[in-house]
Amino acid sequence: MSDKEKEEALSPEQSPVQSSVLDEGPPQVVIEVDDVNFSYVKGKEVLRDISMEINKGEVTAFIGPSGCGKSTLLRCLNRMNDLIPTAEITKGEIRILGTDIYDPEVDVIELRKHVGMVFQKYNPFPKSIYENVAFGLRIQGVNKKSTLDEAVERSLKLAGLWEEVKDRLDSSGLGLSGGQQQRLCIARTIAVQPKIVLMDEPCSALDPISTTIIEELITELKNEFTIVIVTHNMQQATRVSDRTAYFYLGNLIEMDETTKIFNNPSEKETEDYISGRFG
Amino acid sequence: MHDQVTDDPLLKTENPFAKKATAVGRRDKVVSIVLRAGTYFILLCAAYIFIDIISKGAPTVFQSSPPFINTDFFTESPQTLMTWETEDGEYFKMDFSDYSQWRRDNPDRPIVEEHSHAYSGGGIFGPLVGTALLTLICIVVALFVGLTTSIYLNEYSSKGRFMDGVRLAIMNLAGVPSIVFGLFGLMFFCLFVPVFTETPLERSFFVIPLGGGNHLSFEGWGTCMMAGGFTLAVMVLPVIIAACEESLKAIPMGFREASLALGATKWQSISKSVLPYAFPGMLTASVLGITRVAGETAPIMFTAALAHKDKLPWQDVNSLGGFFSQSVQAMPYHIYTVAARIPQSEYTKPMQYGSVFVFMVLVMSLAALSVFLRIHYRKRVKW
Repeated sequence: MSDKEKEEALSPEQSPVQSSVLDEGPPQVVIEVDDVNFSYVKGKEVLRDISMEINKGEVTAFIGPSGCGKSTLLRCLNRMNDLIPTAEITKGEIRILGTDIYDPEVDVIELRKHVGMVFQKYNPFPKSIYENVAFGLRIQGVNKKSTLDEAVERSLKLAGLWEEVKDRLDSSGLGLSGGQQQRLCIARTIAVQPKIVLMDEPCSALDPISTTIIEELITELKNEFTIVIVTHNMQQATRVSDRTAYFYLGNLIEMDETTKIFNNPSEKETEDYISGRFG
Repeated sequence: MHDQVTDDPLLKTENPFAKKATAVGRRDKVVSIVLRAGTYFILLCAAYIFIDIISKGAPTVFQSSPPFINTDFFTESPQTLMTWETEDGEYFKMDFSDYSQWRRDNPDRPIVEEHSHAYSGGGIFGPLVGTALLTLICIVVALFVGLTTSIYLNEYSSKGRFMDGVRLAIMNLAGVPSIVFGLFGLMFFCLFVPVFTETPLERSFFVIPLGGGNHLSFEGWGTCMMAGGFTLAVMVLPVIIAACEESLKAIPMGFREASLALGATKWQSISKSVLPYAFPGMLTASVLGITRVAGETAPIMFTAALAHKDKLPWQDVNSLGGFFSQSVQAMPYHIYTVAARIPQSEYTKPMQYGSVFVFMVLVMSLAALSVFLRIHYRKRVKW
């Protein structure tokens, strides 16, 4: 597997990425995970020897059975695991836009402004819709009404929520339906204009119709953002993602174009999982 | 019965579901009666207390003529009540100040029998003011220390044995008898805490000269409302910390994560996405706790309270320091005094019951306020 990674790293221009936005040139790597081990508690590694590259403007899906480490890796990418005192990367490094994000020089606050996150359980603040979207800008010290108005409108439009809520921006974000709340959370995340949006099972708490809407939204958003999505739902991975990484028991088994992973995986384990033999 | 499988006996009886007297059924009934009796017993106790206090205290507080409230009882401080009989058989009952006036006005009327009843005349203005001030100091100190501690414990501290120990220690404080807090307050706030002074006391634990004639002397604040308020605050802290931590725990983790993921600093995320939603709960729980310590006697009897004081706190005081460095009267201590430290007679009763009645209404309305606040805020903030 590491051989394959090397091959890709050596000749990125040869990797036949089908992503529509990238027709202009070779894919640009924004996230490099380089031989990473990670543990929540000392001595018990939940991620082992993970190496991967995530390309700009693509949707990358992490799939795998529960407890395989896909969410853990996702939360490493914006250092949300810092919230757990004993959690640490024990080997390797993660580079985003070429910078090692676990370097002591890196300000995690600045990192998170560029690497946004959407959570499994939609969690809008008990504030108005407007204030929810404006929150990220406000904590950065932006308080100019016109700037905020503009950002709120743009973000809500991007999140496909503008038409539904434009007349009630002052009402509570919690008055929306589940799917709308999750789109509000997406709007809140993209309002600070991150480069990368991480999504941790964004549809697992939603009904099928809301899920479809969010999936369409993700496809649209990849024009502006690099998206990494963790999903339990393999159909979802095939629908939204350009590339898919399959994790099992803390190891990255295989990462390739989504069509290849689902039609012609090179590893037996991947095939077993996607054909529903376990997981 | 079980031998008649083919011929079900249930079908033969007229009402197959009729009640049967069984041991299990009887036990059920007994249990239900015992449980009910326990509950009603409490209700009975509460009813007795309320009815007794209201029926005996209300006549002191209310009057039949407008303005229907005995204003003197609320605007005057406690005095000695004088009763006397003159030679001509007339009987008098007056507060001590009025009594002196009467003596001056009627020098020619000899008195045959005279009684004084300490603290039974006048009103309860002094104790009310004192309790208000003590409670205010207590609220400020307890909220500040309680909020900071609970935020630290819940948001900043790492999990582990040490922090569990700290929590356990704080919780154990809640079980310490109030008299121990009183003695602690006396030793620590009245006799030990450092003060700036030009003339350190003889008994000062140690003195650090600061130059310019100033000293930092570990001699305590003396018996004063600061010491009393701080002692009450220390006593209510475990309750406040526990309540505040519960309120913080009730805020979904998602708020903190979402906020952090948007690039908020730790304090930004706590102050903007946690505290605003936890604050109502913290406040109401704290008010409830403070209401309870406001009624405590033991913590203030060594540290702040006086049985009698002629002047109100703001009389004859020329600095803020001086204001907080004086002793005060306080409702619980006043009640203790009139109930247990003076000879009882029919003349002392109105003051006793009046004070208790007013104090009870006061504390209960504060408690009701906190409950009201909680309901009010719960309606407004939901997730």
